[in-house]
Formats: sequence, C-alpha cells, structure tokens
Amino acid sequence: MRHDGFKPAALHGAVIALLFALNFILPDYHHGLLARILVLAVFAMGYNLLFGYVGLLSLGHAMFFSAGLYGAGLTIYHLGWSVPAAFGTGLVAGAVLALIIGLLALRTTGVAFMIVTLMFAQVFYLSILYFASWTGGDQGLVLQQQQRMLDVGGLSLDLTDPTTRYMAALALFCVVLIATLLVARSAFGRVLVAIRENEERTKMLGYDTFANKLAAVVASGVICAASGAAYALLFGYVGSTLASVQYSILPLLWVLLGGAATTLGPLIGTVFMYYVIDVTSGYTSAYMLVVGIALILLVLYFPKGVLGTIRDRWVRWLP
Amino acid sequence: MAFGPHLLLATLEGLVTSAVLALMALGLSLVFGVMRVVNVAHGEFFMLGAVLAWAVTTTLGGNPALGFLAALVISPLIVGAVALLAERLVLRRLNYNPESTIVATIGLLYIIQQLALTFYGPDARPVAAPFNYRISLPWFGYSGYKLSIIGASALLLLATWFVLTRTRIGLVMRATQYDSETAQAFGIPVDRVYAGVFALGAMLAAVAAVLIVPISQAHYLMGLDPLLLSFIVVIIGGLGSLRGTVVAALLIGVSDGVISVFFSPTLAKIIATLVVAMVLVFRPQGLFGTVRR
Repeated sequence: MRHDGFKPAALHGAVIALLFALNFILPDYHHGLLARILVLAVFAMGYNLLFGYVGLLSLGHAMFFSAGLYGAGLTIYHLGWSVPAAFGTGLVAGAVLALIIGLLALRTTGVAFMIVTLMFAQVFYLSILYFASWTGGDQGLVLQQQQRMLDVGGLSLDLTDPTTRYMAALALFCVVLIATLLVARSAFGRVLVAIRENEERTKMLGYDTFANKLAAVVASGVICAASGAAYALLFGYVGSTLASVQYSILPLLWVLLGGAATTLGPLIGTVFMYYVIDVTSGYTSAYMLVVGIALILLVLYFPKGVLGTIRDRWVRWLP
Repeated sequence: MAFGPHLLLATLEGLVTSAVLALMALGLSLVFGVMRVVNVAHGEFFMLGAVLAWAVTTTLGGNPALGFLAALVISPLIVGAVALLAERLVLRRLNYNPESTIVATIGLLYIIQQLALTFYGPDARPVAAPFNYRISLPWFGYSGYKLSIIGASALLLLATWFVLTRTRIGLVMRATQYDSETAQAFGIPVDRVYAGVFALGAMLAAVAAVLIVPISQAHYLMGLDPLLLSFIVVIIGGLGSLRGTVVAALLIGVSDGVISVFFSPTLAKIIATLVVAMVLVFRPQGLFGTVRR
C-alpha cells in the first residue's frame, strides 16, 4: 500500500506554508488563538498516535499533557531553570509517566483500558490538588516574563512576544506533524495499524505486540508532554484544570472530529472545535452542550471524522 | 469527643454513603452486566434526580414529607424517561458497541450537565427532609432521617434482589446477560430488555439522589464523585453480583467515611482510586474478565 510520497509531502508542505503565512495576515485576536490551537493540536496528534493508529482509547491523556506542563512549569517556577532545560524536564516527565502507565494499563484491554487510564489520570489530578503548596492547586501558577526568555547563541527570544510565540508553536507543530507522517509510513506504524486491525494475527506473524504498544504509549505520552511543556512556556500558566477529566476528553473529541489515523485530522479537529466553541460562546455560555452534541453526532454519523470520510470517498492517498 | 464515639460517628456517616452508593452502583452494574455498556452519564442521572427532587418539592410546596414522597416517585420516573429516550435515540443505533457507547455517554454527560447549569443554575440548593427527628445517643445526637436512608436503601436492594432472582422479569434479564443471542433465539425481546434495563439503572441512580439530597443539597456538578465511587464499587464487587456490589459499597462507603474523618478527603480518594486501578490491572477478571464470550 505504499504510494509515491510526492502528493502527501506536497500537501503537508502546503499546510505548513499556509500556517506560516497566517502569521503575517491574521488579526491579533486570531493570531493568539491560532498559536494556542497549534500547541493543542500537538496534544491531539499525540493522542491520535495511540487512538488512531493502535486503536487504544485512553480516557486519561490529560495526565501526560500535565506531566509536561508541570515538568516544565515547576522547574522554572521553583528552581529557576532555563527554558530548554525545563522543556526537556517536561519531556522526560511525560516519557517516564507514560512508561509506567503503559506497563500497567496495557495489561488490560478494551473497556478496562479506558477505565484504568481514567483512574490513573484522576489520581494524577488529585495529587496535584493534594500537593497544592508546590503546584498551586486549582489556583495554578503564573510564570513571569523574565522566566520565559529563550537564549539561543547570544540571541534572546522573548516567548511572551506574539510573533515569537506563534513561531515557536508552529515549529513544534511542524516537528511533530512530520514525525507522525514518518511514523505512519514506517514499518513501525504499519505494525501498529496491524495491531489495531487484528492483534492476534499480528502476534501470530511474530511481532511482539506488547512491546510495540508500549512504544506507542511512550511516544504518544512524550508528544502530549511536549504540548503541555510548550503550553506552560508559551502561555505562562500552569493549573490543575488542565489535568482534569475534561482535558482527557477534548483530544478524543478533536481526533474523532478531524479523523482518527489521519496525520492532519487532529489539526482540523482542533481548529474546528476551538472556533465552534469560540463562536458559540459569543451567543451562549452553553459550550458544554456543543461539545456533548458534537460527540454524539460524530459517533453516530461520522465515526471516521472529516478526513477519514474524505479519504474513504475521494482522496485515497491521504496519509 | 473521644476516639470511640468519633469512630462511631464516622462509621454511621460511612453507612449512609454506602447505602446511597450501593443503589447507584447497582444501576451501573446492571447496565454494564446486561448491555455491556459503560454508562459514563450515570452520575448525571444521579444529579438529575437530585435537581428534579428540588424542582418537585419547591413546585408543590406545603408539607415537606408530602413533597419529598412526590419527589421520590416523580423524579425517578422522569429520569427513567430521559434514559429511555437516550437509549432509543443513541445507544441502540450504535449497536451497543462498547467503545462508541462510552464516547456517546460522555456526550450525554456534557449535555445533561449543561442543561442543568442553564436551567437550574450554579447554586447548590437544599431540599427539606421529610421529617426532623434526632435520635439521641449517649455521646451525640444523630439525624433519624440519615438512619432511615439506610433502611430505605436496604429495602430497595432487597426488592431488586427479589425481582432479579424470583420473578420472570429477572429471569429474562439474567438470560439476556448470560447470552443475548441465545436469549433472542428463545423469543426474548432482547431489544426491549436493553431499553428497560437502561431506564431501570438510571432510575436507581435517581432514587439514590432523592434519598441523599435532603442532607447534601442539589448541585449541577454533584454527579462526578459518585460516578467514580460507583465505578470503584462495581470493579471491587465483581460484575452482575448483587451481593458483591452491596459488600463493596459497604467497604468503600465506610472506609471512605472513616478515612475522610481522620485524614484528608483528597488523600482518601487518591488511595482508593489507585488501589482500584491496581485491582483492575492485576485482576481484570474480577470485573471485566467474565464478560468475554
């Protein structure tokens, strides 16, 4: 099923170029919003790696996101570390947590996997509240501007500056997008899809499905942690709401909407849902209603999401 | 207060929690057992029951006992109707696929929660207890109403046990739970059994909510904690086992009460959740293992 790589490469290049160009065109408000969306789209891409390709539905990914968030935020806030060191700590925190959770949760399958991940995430969330003297509890912590300076070879970048922030978010987004595209087309990616389609058969063909699933959980955890760490650094806020159940449900919603197991689906889902909520909150505060109805309609009528449906009907080469 | 009476008080509080929890967890367990559906919106049915109890009692006014009795009948009926509607419109169309139904019930959770917030508001509101009688113990006085919750819950659990094991309806439900295809082949209307079970599960949650609302107020976010606790009870107690559910509810409710009195409630929740997650990881057959066919 390997196609020539030109069309997908061109498509992704065009998307990246478009996002780059938007930096110069968008009005202030949407510029800031899109920076946030790009960071959260990374979260969705990390979720998609596990949910879309391996078919493991986790209800606890907020813990990986917040592992990065707090890994980066706490080291800056309490230890005064530099931005790269804090970001690295966030990634390591996400990787270690994902490894532990993966080793435990992958012993279960199906519904039990969802409940177990939900419970581990709840433990993580409650722990943040319990250690409120360190984490700031539900008030959260605010990182100051001077703590968020990125020094690159004599050049000092201010991550609170809108353009720098947008470019940093876009850079992270591009790295993760290209990484997921490569993974999706690699041998590893195809083993993951094989596990999703029929785990027993994959095992029979001689693949160690547990090791592959564990690798996917860790990769997914690291990507989500990267998104969380970037969120802390770029928006300067670290709080327990970002670790709550809701932030485990949102990436699921974004991925379902955009299309599971498509590389660009998470971005489309995140952009669309964010703007739907943004627009409706202008008329009503009932944004949870929108989320709820969207979830039910999606699962009833569009289980494959926007890009999944497009791929099935028209554009077969879509990665 | 000395340690002994303090412990007694904590145990009594824990028993009240257990009584409510057992009813709610039984609803969750029935739905999962018969339909294989994990109903994430179960906590919202609980919340809806409490909010409707407030609505019924304030609309009727007058004698609190009459209002309460009316709420005890009307609120579960409305919640059951809502659940029935959700089952017909959404769950049935998903063919009860376990993963899709989880996503759908999450959607339902958000919808019910938002509607409650919009129409009921963000305030916690009390419902008057049907009677105010204090039983005076040597060390402290204790609300007679709280003790009557334990009694009412025990009666309802007995009634459910009777229906499940001694009546034709119970037989049909157990047959569907055991093997729905064979049940269908023997002429059991599996489709209608599913609808009934889902409504019944929601009604049990609503009854639990009406019983608890005089002592804990109605609030639109009140469903989440009982939902997690019910998951815990169902997992520890083992699936479809009424006795297991009751024993687990007693265990969780009383230990939650005692730990919360002597330690931080957050720590109690952390430990309980972690322990249960580990039970699920290392003894998955305890709950979900028996489901595989």
